[in-house]
Amino acid sequence: MAGGRTAGIDQGAARSDREVALLAVELVDVAVARDGRTVWSDATVGIERGEFVAVLGPNAAGKSTLIDLLLGLLRPSAGTVSVLGAPPGSHGNKIGYVPQRHAFDETTRIRGVDIVRLGLDGTRFGLPLPWRDRHGAKVQEAIELVDAAEYARRPIGECSGGEQQRLLIARALIGSPELLLLDEPLDSLDLPNQSSVSALVDRIRREREMTVLLVAHDVNPLLPYVDRVIYVAGGRVLAGPPEQVITNETLTALYQTPIEVLRTSDGRLVVVGLPEAPAHHTDRHAHP
Amino acid sequence: MSLFAYPFMVHAIEAGTIVAVMAAVTGWFVVLRRQTFAGHALAVMSFPGASGAALAGLPLAVGYFAACGIAATAIAAGSRTDERRNLAQESAVIGVVQVTGFALGFLFLSLYGGVLENLENLLFGSFLGITTTQVEVLAGVAVCALAFFAVAGRPLLFSSIDDLVARAGGVPVRALEVAFLLVLGLAVASTAQITGVLLVFALLVAPAAAAQQFTPSIAGGLGLSVAIGLLVTWIGLALSYYTNYSVGFYVTTLAFAAYLIARLSRRLRPA
Repeated sequence: MAGGRTAGIDQGAARSDREVALLAVELVDVAVARDGRTVWSDATVGIERGEFVAVLGPNAAGKSTLIDLLLGLLRPSAGTVSVLGAPPGSHGNKIGYVPQRHAFDETTRIRGVDIVRLGLDGTRFGLPLPWRDRHGAKVQEAIELVDAAEYARRPIGECSGGEQQRLLIARALIGSPELLLLDEPLDSLDLPNQSSVSALVDRIRREREMTVLLVAHDVNPLLPYVDRVIYVAGGRVLAGPPEQVITNETLTALYQTPIEVLRTSDGRLVVVGLPEAPAHHTDRHAHP
Repeated sequence: MSLFAYPFMVHAIEAGTIVAVMAAVTGWFVVLRRQTFAGHALAVMSFPGASGAALAGLPLAVGYFAACGIAATAIAAGSRTDERRNLAQESAVIGVVQVTGFALGFLFLSLYGGVLENLENLLFGSFLGITTTQVEVLAGVAVCALAFFAVAGRPLLFSSIDDLVARAGGVPVRALEVAFLLVLGLAVASTAQITGVLLVFALLVAPAAAAQQFTPSIAGGLGLSVAIGLLVTWIGLALSYYTNYSVGFYVTTLAFAAYLIARLSRRLRPA
């Protein structure tokens, strides 16, 4: 079980109203199911505003399911979910979202700047009239925030993976969200880009006082920045500071198989003994 | 002899202009959304549409539009899994819809018992004998299609590029997808009346694909797509008028040339 029952990891117990209002995300005894099968259950997690949270776990454990839940695209089968003090699905621009994705290939002949702009007006119906455009400055600001000015006018399919990821983050940021949800943004990036995108996200969340939830396979590029880790595995969800969650005892209990966490001389964490992706849980990652 | 000397030629130019604009705009989204196969399948639906209309004694255009509408709905209904667009499943569904359409067309033809008139025109297009009513119907359809893009173009673009984020932002992705396929059906059925069933792509895909090679700008690409479509149609009609060869041949050859030039120019120009 997450929170309360895993010694001292998260105080899922009663909070005062003032504390609750400070929470960016709160899950209480939540279970979710897809296609009638429970993905995970008994999740009690609180994320404070301004925190940088890494969501970790094996493939198909239900990490993206957590994101869908916070976006309101999926309803919990049990428990209550609160996002920025309100039920999910009612936040519009207050939540920025970069889904897990495959890179745009060369045949996508749309400029990065146009894709960034969609974050602001893409959901709006009606004829866009160029002379009534009031968003130019905002688009430029978002592009500069992620240092993408150099390639924002190129077709996005001709940008590198790291450049595409920065443009997509700019699109998620353009509405000045309070909560940023990033689903495996470091996937398919090389190591230097993993570090620089992690650092970028951290810098922006500090500047903007934003809460960040970032789904990742490997915690190492994020270790310098994360305040909290959410571990999704074996049908359960566990949250806490990285030094409490990424330990032999906690992960062994979570996976119910012996797990060893090693720390290398340069501070990187290596998790040994992880079972392969469990066969009894599926989410859409299983069918790309 | 002047191009505008005969009313039939004036009608042909009017119809060609309407169809070129509608197909160029629709085609820009078709290329972006990678739905050329859907466009092809919908074009083929003109065959069951035409033979069904002959069997039922209805006007040809009614058969075209009905068949394309039904097929568009079937493709939209069958091509999603897990609330997401599934390209692999989509192409399989389109293949099944297409072959079923062919089979039904053949069945209707057998039941009809007669010979389908102007089969060659159905397949390869003709600009002879376009009536004022036909031009008016095409204009009405084009206004509807362009109104759809004017109102829903931006959310459609968003869901074409990133359906998950669009959906999370509240865009009715699924409804837009169905609506787009229906508009595509309308555009294809209209275009087929000029270029013929088999040459629909000359106006639907080639101008848009060429325009996207030339420029990644959205407004620029749409404008250029329309310009290429219009040029290809007008020049094609003129050449056909003066030489007596099929308009479909000229339009297709010109459109192909435009695409070829676009590809070559992009290769020669550094990115």
